[in-house]
Amino acid sequence: MEADDTLDCVGLYCPMPIAQTAKKLNEMGEGQVLEVLADDEGIKEDMPAWCNITGNEFLGIEEDGGEYRVYVRKSKQN
Amino acid sequence: MAEKVTLVMFSGELDKALAAFNIAIGAASSGMDVSIFFTFWGLNIIKKNEGALRSKGIMRKMLNIMNRGGTRRLPLSKFHMFGLGRWMMSKLMKDSKIPTLESMMEMAKGLGVKFMACTTSMGIMGISKEAFIPGVDSYCGVATYLSEGRDSKINLFI
Repeated sequence: MEADDTLDCVGLYCPMPIAQTAKKLNEMGEGQVLEVLADDEGIKEDMPAWCNITGNEFLGIEEDGGEYRVYVRKSKQN
Repeated sequence: MAEKVTLVMFSGELDKALAAFNIAIGAASSGMDVSIFFTFWGLNIIKKNEGALRSKGIMRKMLNIMNRGGTRRLPLSKFHMFGLGRWMMSKLMKDSKIPTLESMMEMAKGLGVKFMACTTSMGIMGISKEAFIPGVDSYCGVATYLSEGRDSKINLFI
């Protein structure tokens, strides 16, 4: 999947991937897509849940040998 | 208006403080307004690590020597083993790249998490405001907690 920016959270546990995603998306523009790399399995449930709370769009997740690529599109700022 | 989360931090142990700050950072990163109400043993988490605690009366003086507090002195709630457990847990956490409690507290402050200290506990134990880190936003009682808590969807006692 095409992304405008990538955030490397490999080796980080909850709540860091979520906290860093929030920070990174803050700096990005509406409609832009962020790719998050992570290896904590919790991200599979956490990122869709976080998007559900914040209103950002969860685009999907790709799994490759214990590493995850998660895609989030920044929604309109509230 | 942003959703609110209120935590009552009653315990003064490292592991429980980490859990509380984990929730606080997650909630603040989800756009929620977070308040942590520190009371009783929880006040140890927001005490400075340096300097002696000054208090009046022999019982309070003794209590504040035994119950010095500060992030570096917090025990584990299980397997503390006179500090060996804490040392081992800290090592495991460092190896797993988990931030220290101090950096989690700093991060929480950076995300706008409010720290409130219970004045009743401070009075009973003889702890003055000077004992606390600068990050404490307000010194208050149960009514302030209730007014925050009644609008909060998430309200935890830790």
